[in-house]
Amino acid sequence: MLDSLDSTRRDFFGRSACGLGAAALASLLHSDRAAGWQANPSDNVQTHTPTAKRVIYLFQSGAPSQLDLFDHKPNLADLRASELPDSIRQGQRLTGMTKDQPSFPVAPSTFRFQRRGQSGAWVSDLLPHTAEIADELCFVRSMHTEAINHDPAITFIQTGAQLAGRPCMGAWLSYGLGSENKDLPSFVAMVSGAGGQPLYDRLWGSGFLPTRYAGVKFRSVGDPVLFLSNPPGIDAGLRRSFLDDVAKLNELKRQEVGDPEITTRIAQYEMAFRMQTSVPELTDISDEPQHTFDLYGEDARKPGTFAFNCLLARRLAERDVRFVQLFHRGWDQHTDLPNKIAVQCRDTDRASAALVQDLKQRGLLKDTLVVWGGEFGRTVYCQGKLTANDYGRDHHPRAFSIWMAGGGVNAGTTYGETDEFSYNVVRDPVHVHDLNATILHCLGIDHTGLTFKYQGRHHRLTDVHGKVLQPLLG
Amino acid sequence: MIERRWEQHRHRFSVVCGITLSVFSAVIISSAATAAEISFNRDIRPILSDVCFKCHGPDEQQRVGEFRLDTKAGAFGVVEDGHALVPHDVAGSLLFQKITSSDPDAQMPPPDSGRKLSARQVELLRQWIVEGAPWQEHWAFIPPQKPPLPAIRASGWCRNPIDHFVLARLEREGLQPSVTADRRTLIRRATLDLNGLPPTPEEVEAFVEDESSDAWSRVIDRLLRSPRYGETMAVGWLDAARYADTSGYQNDGPRDMWRWRDWVIDALNRNMPFDRFTVEQLAGDLLPGASISQQIATGFNRNHRGNAEGGIIPEEYQVEYVVDRVDTTATVWLGLTMGCARCHDHKYDPVTQKEFYQVFACFNNIPESGRAIKEGNSPPYIKAPTPEQQLALQRLDDRIASVELRVQGLQDVLHTELVTWEQSFSDKVDIDWTITDGLVNRFEFDGSIHDSADTPDKESAPAADVSAVQFGPGQHGQSAGFDGQQNVTAGDVANFGYFDRFSISMWMKPRQSTGTIVSRMVPVEQGSGYYVHLNDGHLQINLVKRWLDDSIRVESRDTLPLNEWQHITMTYDGSRVAKGIRAYRNGEPMELLVRYDGINQSFAADEPLRIGGGYSNFTGDIDDVQIYERALSQEDASRVAVPESISHIVAIEPVRRSPAQTSKLIQYFIQHHASDDLGEAYEEMVNARRDRETFYESIPTVMVMQEMEMLRPTHILTRGQYDAPAQKVTFGVPDVLPSLPDGAPHNRLGFARWLVEPGHPLTARVAVNRIWQMYFGTGLVKTTEDFGAQGDMPSHPDLLDWLATEFIRSGWDVKALHQVIVSSATYRQSSAVSAQLRDRDPENRLLARGPRFRLPAETVRDQTLFISGLLKEHVGGPSVRPYQPDGLWKEIASTTNYEQSHGDDLYRRSLYTYWKRTVAPPTMVTLDATARESCIVKRSRTNTPLQALALMNEVTFVEAARALAQRVMNESGDVTERRIDQAFRRVVSRLPTASERGVLLAAYARYLESFQNNPQAAEQLLSVGESPRDNSLNAVKLAAWTTVMSVILNLDEVVTKE
Repeated sequence: MLDSLDSTRRDFFGRSACGLGAAALASLLHSDRAAGWQANPSDNVQTHTPTAKRVIYLFQSGAPSQLDLFDHKPNLADLRASELPDSIRQGQRLTGMTKDQPSFPVAPSTFRFQRRGQSGAWVSDLLPHTAEIADELCFVRSMHTEAINHDPAITFIQTGAQLAGRPCMGAWLSYGLGSENKDLPSFVAMVSGAGGQPLYDRLWGSGFLPTRYAGVKFRSVGDPVLFLSNPPGIDAGLRRSFLDDVAKLNELKRQEVGDPEITTRIAQYEMAFRMQTSVPELTDISDEPQHTFDLYGEDARKPGTFAFNCLLARRLAERDVRFVQLFHRGWDQHTDLPNKIAVQCRDTDRASAALVQDLKQRGLLKDTLVVWGGEFGRTVYCQGKLTANDYGRDHHPRAFSIWMAGGGVNAGTTYGETDEFSYNVVRDPVHVHDLNATILHCLGIDHTGLTFKYQGRHHRLTDVHGKVLQPLLG
Repeated sequence: MIERRWEQHRHRFSVVCGITLSVFSAVIISSAATAAEISFNRDIRPILSDVCFKCHGPDEQQRVGEFRLDTKAGAFGVVEDGHALVPHDVAGSLLFQKITSSDPDAQMPPPDSGRKLSARQVELLRQWIVEGAPWQEHWAFIPPQKPPLPAIRASGWCRNPIDHFVLARLEREGLQPSVTADRRTLIRRATLDLNGLPPTPEEVEAFVEDESSDAWSRVIDRLLRSPRYGETMAVGWLDAARYADTSGYQNDGPRDMWRWRDWVIDALNRNMPFDRFTVEQLAGDLLPGASISQQIATGFNRNHRGNAEGGIIPEEYQVEYVVDRVDTTATVWLGLTMGCARCHDHKYDPVTQKEFYQVFACFNNIPESGRAIKEGNSPPYIKAPTPEQQLALQRLDDRIASVELRVQGLQDVLHTELVTWEQSFSDKVDIDWTITDGLVNRFEFDGSIHDSADTPDKESAPAADVSAVQFGPGQHGQSAGFDGQQNVTAGDVANFGYFDRFSISMWMKPRQSTGTIVSRMVPVEQGSGYYVHLNDGHLQINLVKRWLDDSIRVESRDTLPLNEWQHITMTYDGSRVAKGIRAYRNGEPMELLVRYDGINQSFAADEPLRIGGGYSNFTGDIDDVQIYERALSQEDASRVAVPESISHIVAIEPVRRSPAQTSKLIQYFIQHHASDDLGEAYEEMVNARRDRETFYESIPTVMVMQEMEMLRPTHILTRGQYDAPAQKVTFGVPDVLPSLPDGAPHNRLGFARWLVEPGHPLTARVAVNRIWQMYFGTGLVKTTEDFGAQGDMPSHPDLLDWLATEFIRSGWDVKALHQVIVSSATYRQSSAVSAQLRDRDPENRLLARGPRFRLPAETVRDQTLFISGLLKEHVGGPSVRPYQPDGLWKEIASTTNYEQSHGDDLYRRSLYTYWKRTVAPPTMVTLDATARESCIVKRSRTNTPLQALALMNEVTFVEAARALAQRVMNESGDVTERRIDQAFRRVVSRLPTASERGVLLAAYARYLESFQNNPQAAEQLLSVGESPRDNSLNAVKLAAWTTVMSVILNLDEVVTKE
């Protein structure tokens, strides 16, 4: 019996514009059945030559303040503590946290900005390492989104919908492109940063796609992959022997009942065994030389840190894992922003920059797309009391900044512009769907063609929206 | 629909490689025939729907050129300068010209639409026109009629009508049914299907040896009567109902819906007819004299997620909840994707946006807020006592009634005793009294700042700075005077949070109209904590976590007079809502206005109690501050507000005493001077009431549906957005479906009853299809969630209609439906498949064999526990927390940690596992359980390495292997072969073949040797799991057997229904 996967794949290929012989499909289905994540039908879904083979998405959960990092607004200093003009706010909705505030005083950033590199991109002093690699980066200062709260906004940027239930980008890519590594999953998620906004399994989930396309979360405590380790007392030799016995018995059964699902199961047990080797080897960084840590910082030795996860991301990229997504928590700075953001930047800046540099020196940056950004931006007005050196910022979906690197994006450029309050986008807006369409484009995929029929609709990551932004591409 | 399908299937391999996949896709999905007559519903509508309806379908806004193809009138009407469809005239049909045009400007579908017609689809449309373009309404909207049994040749195979329909089809295909599965396979299959567990070896043998003709039907009866039936059938319903133990957004706090879950299990076990099952869950609260059970049932549509995130806009989520109800209800009962009509008319099905909001209207009248409660149930909810608790509550009420009767009977005695006592009262000593029940702190300010409450384990209050206040005359001895510059720090006391009940009372005489009277808060503006405050003369009570959106503020409507002594009491009942706060002035309730009512985290502050300050300092006098760890009643509040001491009251002539004075005096008298009989009676009354309150508090609640008296108006929402209301609408049902019966109430109850009207075209079909899917892995309609134009046609339309009509005719008898399916020869076929048949029908849509597929996640775990003897069976109760890797919750949601259960709760059936939506139980999810975030009526079924890792290494499975090894070693003697045989029988209901036995014998020998060489490893392996290890067994042997059992438990056959 075919499992649901096969029919969905068929649906997918049924929609793809390119022709593929039935026999080729049959063998494709077979190879997919037989080897878990191994399927690699990329030649068939890609509508054009990809500029990236893989993506590393450094998701900054909680929403970093664009006003304090990238979106330089020097004129705000003069407007400090003045009321946000109605002409700027334009009656837009605010969160329940600030909508009843008696005033909305402008809070300019207390951090210094400088032009960086040849490109002259503005980056604040909070991010000295990122500033160093500015010429590798494509900054987008005109991102905007729809949701005004974390859960729906993170869900939206990951899945293209504010409500739960749809696949995230990594799951779409697993489904569409399969894996290039037969020993590792095609989609890995890692989390770091304690406190702040929580995360949810759905952010790396498969939604209505079969669960096999969900991201595998690599954990920093216990087994890096759930249940990876044998129970105490069972060593690798005994496990091998065990698997041989299971396989023999399963094969006897297959001969009797003729169900190809059994062949698949045998193959999955084999892959599980390979993962028992490949994953620890991947997460064991003892073979990294000192200069790795000189680059990423000593934090990279500590499992569970953002720096460690960045290092793992590079190791995963080396192994051709298709989609690696880091989630770093703690950017939700409603109060005490100047202190908190400094801590947050210290934990992330060096490793983010190191990853880009490291990929570059290994020749991987050219076909690895790195994305850095959060779920929305933050308000120019102060949440709570504005004091001489303290302010907080509320959620702001109308404008935020991200950067991308490698994988065919236009390095050393800055795209888009906001008004003088970093409140509204005034030039070259980039909606979340546009960003996602552009990322898929880098992978050679037409975002309108990667679909899955569920509840009668041909769903896609970008819903019925999204346009590829050529100016972001090199 | 599939008559010709296999012909096409064979054909596809002969097609040259140039054929596009979309052609292939069409063959598989829609099937068709060139030789046979075209069926519009089977062959044509799917093409039109998928390729054309988006622009030429039901959605008026999207319709291009005013041409629509989804209705007969539209399709055959005039378009542009001709007719799209001219029966029998291909050349004259514009539609055909367009789809065959190579002109990019003229061709349909447009090149940029992403849709494309295959050559085969074009041919089908051509043939259809040639044949006269016969039109049919969409099959699913036509009420099912009981079909006659089809003629068949090999009638001897059939056991009931199901088989006639299946066999007729097989005969048309030139196929034969498979042989009947052997009895061991059969009883295992049915037991897993109906009870979610495998049969015991005894049950297997009894059935194998039962030669009576009704052996099979007796097995089915037994399985249907088992309480395991309800537990097993509930799982799919919980998926559909998006049931979980948490609220699902952001911090994903806990909620209590297990009483609803238990209602489902109970209703299934009682075989509640499906129509009643429907009405009670959708509208049980609206039934006349709705019972607690009927109200609990309505939890179905409160199971959706609830958003408690700070700063959300409640109106936005209030809409989302109603949308979820419409989506879920439509999916579960109608098999329609009504959600597609939220933003615009449905693109494929005849459901307009207006109709969506007309259904929305009946779910939009719940007294709810879009902002959910973060920890616990969100209103509306009810106490949902279990039947045992209802009995216990009745006993407690009876006890109160009886003691009240006793007290009533003693009133004369009380009066007599009181008069006697008063006569003997000496007024030489001034005696006073206050309520001490629950009193935890008392500051009388009689020359010192001293906590005089007599509470055990009280830490001595820190030395306070007496210079902060001026003592002066008060209402109760001396009072403390505050000058607005300073306040009194009264120690780390009165640390209350939002689940705590508490009361604060004091005398005060304000001289300024603003200042904080009593607080435990971060002492700044907007500081978190609680504070009783005077704001511009109004009494304010503030419970603040984060200003403004995470706080409660109530304020007295009236202002309090300055320079006047007055007694103030505030009480909070721990309910986390503004209406849980009361305030009294001089014992009289004050009218409170709610300023903010949205607290979602505890307001407890790491600060001392302050008197006369907090947010701002108080100016005036304060006296006798009393703090209680309970919410004082109104009567209590009036008593504590009596300024006169007992001696004073006694001195007042009885008829001149106020009721409060009398009440205070009596309370004092009873506590101190009453006769034993009287004192005991009163004490018993207090105890009886308290016991009831404590017990009542322990009763679980469940969120339910209720109706507001004033209808919340419903509008069409432009683009589905909460803040873009357009035309106002009232409840109604879509035109394409039957209309509401005359006299039906225009509300949820009317809607629910309408769903189960016998003539409804969808409800019964959708319900029987879901049950069929459970048995065969795929529904007769494969798209379980979509019976609309984009859904698949049924593989056996007549069988579906026969089942649906019989279901209705039987009075919606669910167990009878199971009975008929499991009794059929179709169900009883062997699932072994030849390569030939597999290639011809990989998905077993023709049903020429029995079902064979992996068991649901819950069954995989439950059967492992059962086989090993670890399973602890007990129907219902709060959810339990079996093993889970450490830190799984903590690493993505710092605020919560998973507290694993111990003892029996580690071994309960999986449907009782605590379900946190944002971090669902990992083994379950790995095995394709749904995340329970939204309504799912069909699980995916995958086969992954992560599943292998879980089955090999997860604690439950390793522990179960050890428990099974112990069981087999203890029960089966010490002959190795016999142990292997017994284990095999227990696990898969059969003996191993010689080859299998050989593999396991060799395995055992190898494992034994391995553990003999490393006994330490054996000890380690046997330490897994919390169930006690049988120390009487040799550790090395037990470890080797444990490993053998693990091999068996990991076999494909074990996790598969055969």
